[in-house]
Amino acid sequence: MLYSMCFLLFIIGLYCVLVKKNMVKIVLGIVIMEYAVNLFLIMLGYRLGGIAPIVGQNDYASGAVDASFTQASVDPLPQAMVLTAIVISLGSLALMISICIRTYERYGTFDITQIRRLKG
Amino acid sequence: MEHLEFYILLLFVIIGSLVAVETKNLLSAVICIGAAGFGGSLMFLFLRAPDIAITQIVVEVLALVILIRVTISRDKTFISGDWELVGVLFSVGFLLIIFLAGTQVFDALPEFGSPSFIANNHGDTASGHYIQEGLSETGAANIVTSVILDYRAYDTLGEATVLFTSILGAVVILRKQSRNRLETEP
Repeated sequence: MLYSMCFLLFIIGLYCVLVKKNMVKIVLGIVIMEYAVNLFLIMLGYRLGGIAPIVGQNDYASGAVDASFTQASVDPLPQAMVLTAIVISLGSLALMISICIRTYERYGTFDITQIRRLKG
Repeated sequence: MEHLEFYILLLFVIIGSLVAVETKNLLSAVICIGAAGFGGSLMFLFLRAPDIAITQIVVEVLALVILIRVTISRDKTFISGDWELVGVLFSVGFLLIIFLAGTQVFDALPEFGSPSFIANNHGDTASGHYIQEGLSETGAANIVTSVILDYRAYDTLGEATVLFTSILGAVVILRKQSRNRLETEP
């Protein structure tokens, strides 16, 4: 059920990309899809009643983890991958927004149906 | 009801995204995206991913600044009309089919709350190895840190390259000086 709601969020973003005519709305749709995918990947690694993958003080002092940590920690691998993906999404957002700003300066509109003639 | 906080937060994110998609004013759409992003960051916190939550908050603030930069002081931002009716109906039907087909796939996934890496024995999977040996092999208390900066450090290097390239592209697209200089040159 939670997975399906996450997929619904992805579908909302895809709808925004397919149907809207405003360039900034299309960028927002891509941002929504990024949220959905990141949430889904983190959800895949969640363990019921789990703890964050950070070693406690006693384990850190002794230098080895005990069973109470390994039996309760959530999956650290998707978290590391999603951390990378979030930062990259900021870079791609900056690139898309700069293209939008440039297009607005040249054509005076965000409407993608008006942007059809070549200029310059 | 089990996992009530996840349902509430996910519903908040979905409602925020729906308002952002359907509202006419671009500035309020951007602010709704920000609200949805902060809801997602809270959800990461409840999913026991504090690193992701902190990163999400920082990235969200920066993204909000970038998005407000593009919407503020623009005159004609209100054109948010849809395509003609047939195209909209076709794409909605297409998305409905994708959604119904996609929800069937989730039956094959493990139940929420029991990830696949604990299904078989610990130590057999990469995640189990990171949890069990991460502290003794890398000396980092935070296992996520030990993964991104030690086990998969080349991945982080590639991420830095991608980030550099995208910012370079944005700077090249947005610059004005060089274009003028080229035009004045003989």
